[in-house]
Amino acid sequence: MPTQTTPEPGLALQMRGIRKAFPGVQALAGVDLDVRRGEVHVLLGENGAGKSTLMKILSGALPRDAGTIEIDGRAAALASPREARGARIAIIHQELALVPEMTVAENIFLGRAPTRFGFLDQPAMVRDATTFLSRLGANIDPNLLVASLSIAQQQLVEIARALSLDARILIMDEPTSALTERESARLFATISGLTARGTAIVYISHRLDEIFAIGDRITVLRDGRNVATQEVRQADRRALVRLMANRDVDELMPPMERTTGTPRLRVEGLSHGNRLHDVSFNVRSGEIVGFAGLLGAGRTEIARAVFGLEPFDHGTVYVDELPVDIRSPQDAIAAGIGFVTEDRKREGLVLSRSVRDNVALPILRRLARLGIVHRKAETAIAQSSVRDLGIRTPSVSQLAQNLSGGNQQKIVLAKWLATGARILFLDEPTRGIDVGSKQEIYALINELAASGVAIVLMSSDLPEVLGLSDRVLVMREGRITGEFTRAEASAERVMACAVGI
Amino acid sequence: MISSSTLRRIVRGRESGTTFGLLVLCVGLWIATPYFATAANLSNVAEQSAVIGVIAIGMTFVILTGGIDLSVGSLVALVSVVIGSALQRGVPVFAAVAIGLLAGVVSGALNGLMITRGPLPPFIATLGMMSVARGAALLLSDGRPISGFPDGLRALATGEVFGVPAPVVMMLTLYLLAYLVLTRTVFGRYMYAIGGNEEATVLAGVNVRRWKTVVYAISGLSAGVCAVLLVARLNSAQPIAGIGYELDAIAAVVIGGTSLLGGSGSVIGTLIGALIMSVLRNGLNLLGVSSYLQQVAIGVVIIAAVLIDMALRRRVQRSSR
Repeated sequence: MPTQTTPEPGLALQMRGIRKAFPGVQALAGVDLDVRRGEVHVLLGENGAGKSTLMKILSGALPRDAGTIEIDGRAAALASPREARGARIAIIHQELALVPEMTVAENIFLGRAPTRFGFLDQPAMVRDATTFLSRLGANIDPNLLVASLSIAQQQLVEIARALSLDARILIMDEPTSALTERESARLFATISGLTARGTAIVYISHRLDEIFAIGDRITVLRDGRNVATQEVRQADRRALVRLMANRDVDELMPPMERTTGTPRLRVEGLSHGNRLHDVSFNVRSGEIVGFAGLLGAGRTEIARAVFGLEPFDHGTVYVDELPVDIRSPQDAIAAGIGFVTEDRKREGLVLSRSVRDNVALPILRRLARLGIVHRKAETAIAQSSVRDLGIRTPSVSQLAQNLSGGNQQKIVLAKWLATGARILFLDEPTRGIDVGSKQEIYALINELAASGVAIVLMSSDLPEVLGLSDRVLVMREGRITGEFTRAEASAERVMACAVGI
Repeated sequence: MISSSTLRRIVRGRESGTTFGLLVLCVGLWIATPYFATAANLSNVAEQSAVIGVIAIGMTFVILTGGIDLSVGSLVALVSVVIGSALQRGVPVFAAVAIGLLAGVVSGALNGLMITRGPLPPFIATLGMMSVARGAALLLSDGRPISGFPDGLRALATGEVFGVPAPVVMMLTLYLLAYLVLTRTVFGRYMYAIGGNEEATVLAGVNVRRWKTVVYAISGLSAGVCAVLLVARLNSAQPIAGIGYELDAIAAVVIGGTSLLGGSGSVIGTLIGALIMSVLRNGLNLLGVSSYLQQVAIGVVIIAAVLIDMALRRRVQRSSR
């Protein structure tokens, strides 16, 4: 690992010892980052490695607990997005941050629209917006409402907005995730133009090809720490992947010899608008089937449709080879299906209620006679869940909001196990969970499969999918584009399938 | 069992602040004016709290699920008039009351359907119902009070059980029932879960639409019970009855510590909130404070109660971390 002893000239950005803790998680444990002028500096790391947190701090969206930031050699506080903008730092968000009810031009100049005599200068705004959009080769009418644009077009508007800020430091968080190859190529050309003028670019992406095409240097983060910084020219793909994970996937998730039985769940020809196209798959009892794919490829949509949360146009769901008509979560639960959603705070838990109330919620009717809850039975079930799943809580009366992310996720799992679900959809089961708890969740998933539960694992964490699944299905744009056995599945092959090379 | 755990709740639970407030208020008034603590006055205070107290039960349920019901004041008028005109047409007291309560339940269920099937925001749906019910009450009565009822109804207001006025007995019975529903039944758990996180509750396989509709129907029912008490007490049915009751009921719920965001609170708190409001009104009357100033005082108490409650809750949260 090259260590820098003398301060380098030409540094646009120097971050030193940046620390940030969230309740239960040390997201950043002293991260350093140097970015030279005119450089494309790639930030690499698994989900949860701390990349986004670091960039939120740089763009003033999050306060840091400790650490210093220098911009062009001068200390900067960056206490608010406004200050960051004053320091000419711009960010292109991964999640689009546009106002759908406003026009393209209004979005590009949001908060700093040109005025004449105190009134909006509409013509100037449209003219300037057109200039920035055409530099990206984007043929978008600035007068259109953002709501009417495709995701790719919105992405381009977001990039145009960043360009219009004339930033010295431009942060791009997976800017190509929604773009076509052609649009991406155009973006790369624009990036070269910017770096030639001295703009420093921090580039976050998981697409290795892209990184090797436009990156100058790479910094790898893992678990909130620096792992390495190196020149792209000298970097080796395999080594990079190892640096990101630094653990053998096998070691992370012990392989399980599983005897898998008859198809427990079979989905035939599931289609819904332009989000799902003729999706068919089956999961046997005791099997873990992983769904890989880029963000928005349609994984969550499958789970929501099968669980009765979204209607679908075509398709049949079979449980134990019998067709079932699922129109609501009640129907799904009755058919023995459970769904651990990707957003446990919004959809998984009632945070203001106790561990006991959360575990018992789907089975309250069973625990009641004449509508009156049998409290001893309720407590007993909650206590055995706490024991079996190793939920760390002082008591079952503790409020869910006071537990860590990992323990909260275990409550969600406990809830579905209590219903006696034999088919479990797990959507991003370890998102936002620290490494230690991840291991425990993985062990639990393996145990569940061993006990005969059919598991559908949906995750954008590739090592997770590869390490846990008996079979891997890859999705792209609402279709299943590939299927691999455990032996066939490799990061490169799955990725190639997910991006459609 | 119930009473001991309830006592513990009051002493140590989240209602402790409001209970303490009520006690301070009572002791203060006792010192300021000896008449306050007489049996006659206390029974009068309790009786006055019954009217808002009963509506506030339904309001607590609604607010616990994260909703609001602005229509209850108008529903009091509608149910009053329905009972009045039924009695006028010679319908027996029992049947007239039943028809009135049914009208309350149906109107409440309509609110619920507009909210769950519309889906309209509760504020809008019940704001509409507030106007519709008031207009219906005025149409039905031609804008005039209806009076001249048989004695059977009066007994509901004037009767006593072991020296306690009947309305007070009714209110306390309903509070006990509501307390048991909230703490012991599946329905009670669902209310807290819906208010705490509606999406997660849907995902847990709970028929949230149905239960929310039931909650609004119960709110309509409690407005109906309030109307019965009112008609019995005044011996007349007023189409302009209940104006502003919805706000008094919301105030009682909020003073009692139930969060307007839903998911946390209790019906015991609401009872204490309703008592605080009527003790305060009674005390200010005894002290000869003008009714204008009374309004100011009540407003100040509402704001202070919520500020104190929020501060206490923040402390509890911090200490439980």
